[in-house]
Amino acid sequence: MHYSFDIERGNFTDAGHASASVKRTLKQLDVAPASIKRIVVALYEAEINAVAHAYGGKIDVEIDPEKIVMVVADEGPGIPNVDLAMTEGWSTASQKVREMGFGAGMGLPNIKKNTDELKIDTRIGVGTTLTMTVYLNS
Amino acid sequence: MKIKEIAKLLDGRILGCQDNFEMEFHKAFSSDLMSDVLKVSFDDTLLITGLCNNQTMRTADMADVSVVIIGRDKRADEEMLSLAEDSGITIIESPYSLFKISGILFSVGIKPLY
Repeated sequence: MHYSFDIERGNFTDAGHASASVKRTLKQLDVAPASIKRIVVALYEAEINAVAHAYGGKIDVEIDPEKIVMVVADEGPGIPNVDLAMTEGWSTASQKVREMGFGAGMGLPNIKKNTDELKIDTRIGVGTTLTMTVYLNS
Repeated sequence: MKIKEIAKLLDGRILGCQDNFEMEFHKAFSSDLMSDVLKVSFDDTLLITGLCNNQTMRTADMADVSVVIIGRDKRADEEMLSLAEDSGITIIESPYSLFKISGILFSVGIKPLY
């Protein structure tokens, strides 16, 4: 099963739409509630990150009986120091992002905590692709 | 404690989903930082916040929050109400500060998450 969603720069009105849609699908598929929560928290944080920092992008979600793979690919500034970005509390978020209740430097750590595999491909001035995998029987 | 009792204690107005009235709540978590909300488990737990925008409702949906208490006399707009109804979330708007809301609920036995 494959789903795609577009990410629009700075659109905090629609941010979270993809995560909400994936949550509904997983409920219909009768996935365990604990797994659903891990999946949607990771995807939602990634969605917020992309809306907040990138110039646009795309989310692709592939669901099979064993796992869900979520790829959030953005065109944007890239992450200069991934190790630093993985540190709780480190953030380059704007005031607008903070007003939305985010930007405290917990996005990537939260994503890592809620996924079984996390791959970050980033190029300065080009963009960032997060590939997040959660095994459904974990 | 049920939603109508909680709303009465907080001089609150009930909005959004009306299907949670029989649920019992024993714990509460106060935060304006949504990433913190996403880190905790919300079984029979109320979310108390002063953050009043779409992302409050989206975060509540992702975190499996059933009741959001919005303090500081802030008002949910139409879009928030629509998201709340779609996600099965009840909103209680209260004129009180988060400190007062937390104090009132603590005094009647609602426990912190940690």
